[in-house]
Amino acid sequence: MLSRVHKNHHTEDTVTLLLALSRQIDRFSEWVGRWVAWLVLAAVLISAGNAVVRKVFNNSSNAFLEIQWYLFSAVFLLAAGYTLMRQDHVRIDVILSRFSKRTQIWIDIVGICFFLFPLVFVVIGLSWPLVARAIASGEMSSNAGGLIRWPVFALLPLGMLLLGVQGLSELIKRFAFLRGLVDDPTRRKQAKTAEEEFAEFLLQQQQPTAASVLHGKTGDD
Amino acid sequence: MIDFLAANMAPIMFASLIVFLLFGYSVAFSLAACGLFFGFVGIEIGVPGMASLMQALPLRIFGIMQNDTLLAIPFFTFMGLILERSGMAEDLLDTIGQLFGPVRGGLAFAVILVGAMLAATTGVVAASVISMGLISLPIMLRYGYDRRVASGVIAASGTLAQIIPPSLVLIVLADQLGRSVGDLYKGAFIPGFTLTALYVVYVIGIAFMRPAWVPALPKEARSIREADGTAGLRSLAVLFLLSVALAVVFAKSRPAEVPTDESIVTSMCVGVGIAFVLSLANHYLKLGLLSRMAERVTFVLIPPLGLIFLVLGTIFLGIATPTEGGAMGATGALVMGLARRRIDLKLLRQAMDSTMKLSCFVVFILIGSTVFSLSFQGVDGPKWVEQLLTSLPGGQLGFLIVVNILIFFLAFFLDFFELSFIVIPLIGPVADKLGIDLVWFGVLLAVNMQTSFMHPPFGFALFYLRSVAPTTDYTDRVTSKPIAKVTTGQIYWGAVPFVLIQVLMVGLIIAFPALVSGGLAKAAALDTSNVKLEVQPNQEKTEMDANTLFGPATGSSGAASGPAPSSAQLDPLEQGAEAARK
Repeated sequence: MLSRVHKNHHTEDTVTLLLALSRQIDRFSEWVGRWVAWLVLAAVLISAGNAVVRKVFNNSSNAFLEIQWYLFSAVFLLAAGYTLMRQDHVRIDVILSRFSKRTQIWIDIVGICFFLFPLVFVVIGLSWPLVARAIASGEMSSNAGGLIRWPVFALLPLGMLLLGVQGLSELIKRFAFLRGLVDDPTRRKQAKTAEEEFAEFLLQQQQPTAASVLHGKTGDD
Repeated sequence: MIDFLAANMAPIMFASLIVFLLFGYSVAFSLAACGLFFGFVGIEIGVPGMASLMQALPLRIFGIMQNDTLLAIPFFTFMGLILERSGMAEDLLDTIGQLFGPVRGGLAFAVILVGAMLAATTGVVAASVISMGLISLPIMLRYGYDRRVASGVIAASGTLAQIIPPSLVLIVLADQLGRSVGDLYKGAFIPGFTLTALYVVYVIGIAFMRPAWVPALPKEARSIREADGTAGLRSLAVLFLLSVALAVVFAKSRPAEVPTDESIVTSMCVGVGIAFVLSLANHYLKLGLLSRMAERVTFVLIPPLGLIFLVLGTIFLGIATPTEGGAMGATGALVMGLARRRIDLKLLRQAMDSTMKLSCFVVFILIGSTVFSLSFQGVDGPKWVEQLLTSLPGGQLGFLIVVNILIFFLAFFLDFFELSFIVIPLIGPVADKLGIDLVWFGVLLAVNMQTSFMHPPFGFALFYLRSVAPTTDYTDRVTSKPIAKVTTGQIYWGAVPFVLIQVLMVGLIIAFPALVSGGLAKAAALDTSNVKLEVQPNQEKTEMDANTLFGPATGSSGAASGPAPSSAQLDPLEQGAEAARK
């Protein structure tokens, strides 16, 4: 009896620790996502600027062409963990939505352990030797004036690492939910989707006609 | 047992894919898991070549990273997100609604035209449907439109963004089929506008058969009027004819050796510019020559036409690649939004955040499908699919019918990204082997996939419309009359005629292949010879001199029935032009 209490106490410690770890991971992914998002704007401006400069000054630089796909790669690889946290990797939920919440959570757990982690391990394992070789050889782009290659190659294992780490956090949250320790982790963190935000914005612009329409209020408010 | 497995790996793997996907975890990782699982099984039971295929995975992902075409996905997404806040759609719906409102079905025509115009600036279905659902739907309900017609028109017009260039579907399909984005853009123009015309015809039909379903706006609802109460349409007509005439004169005055696509773009700029300058002068100098309607119409049309120029015009002038066109459009939308003070830092962050997440999930689906296709290749899957599809009765036609029915039904469950990345790599090579022109095939599939937005009950356009259509009865502000809610059933039934129109369009493209690769499409050929670094694998074959537009039709029509025209079919002048480019 005594030992059982002790053991429970012990696992509770571990659980608290794991949940703290998960919170830290989430905060980190959030931070990464916030900064990586700016690279979208950078890529847009560089690409548009590049086209204009090429036409007007008849001058094109391979470095500027290449930096675009470097930025694009950084966007989708570094944001992989953040996107996972935001539940934005789409799924086919025709069958999923018919299951109970607990079953859905178990499906997620199986998905993270047997779908997500293997991909992360395999890609890191297969790509790291190539990255190491590129660092060692200092490989450059074959285009004149092109960029050095290893930083962009390194984004692949790095992005997969971020994805795997966030996967760990998601796993912890789901187990904790099954024990009733945290709120439903599959509920989206953001209260509104981009579409809802937009609809609300339009309604504000359209005041007050459309607002009364959407909310079904009487017209005389 | 092992023997049975080894002999039937491809069908087993394909069946497993369906199970993995329906399991309900993220599509990207389910695809990858299926691929990895069979990769390891294959290596264990000694499928030859499997290990080396798996080794190629990182190189394939590096290939995805370097893919210039995919870069257009974030660009156009970002542009759409910025543009939806710029107020352009609202202005257009308002003014064009006023312009067409007085005729029967006028609001529906306005929705279709604005839908097509928004589609030509960017390619985001959600933004169009939400704007029209919030702005046009209440007006349509107020004046007694049939709910099914109103919601169907809105949902369908929003999906035009999928087929009228620039559209993400065409970009992704071009990438997966290994054709140039420019070629697919050219091919999709006529089908896109034909589809728009079919929608209009449908509304005209209703206006005649069931006039009560699509009533004209009553006089008190027309706010853009002259002091004396007239609509001021004559002045608009004069302005329109004047601009068109001057544009045509300008086009005729150009030297003959200027490519047609270039002179089309420049003359359109001239025509629009003249209308704009006249309206500006009229407005600020208070000349009183133009009616308010003429002025308003000109002013609201300038932003979308400007963006269309940035996105498509620059491509046809050979200034930008399709990807850069997206970036130019995004920059243009940003400038417009900033100038009108509609964009702040919070909004910019939101747009970047949504763009980033969309790019991420899309590219990860592609990574997942790459893993899948590598090990599918290992188990000789492509050969199995090819045997399956080429053994169909009816050759090309049988293949097309089966594939289209397949896509039509898969579109109930999968969106176009998933369809393009999972299904297209399987059927694209077979189509190529059967001698089907892949540009034509891509446009055909794009029209088909458009239905995935309209299928009840999962179609995204219907979903977005549902989220903004009134769910309870309410009293209209303007007329103070009670208005009933729009039921989900009405939205579903409203979409059905448009899904049928879509099916009709697929049939039309199969019956008349020239709709895609015909005269105009060829004539508007893209001259990107001075655009560097663009992936244009089929450039030499399909590029023709644009001057054939007004000359005798020399291009072969119906690329589906044969390979792309060889240079022997081109006249000497074109051969010279082509040689000069090399």
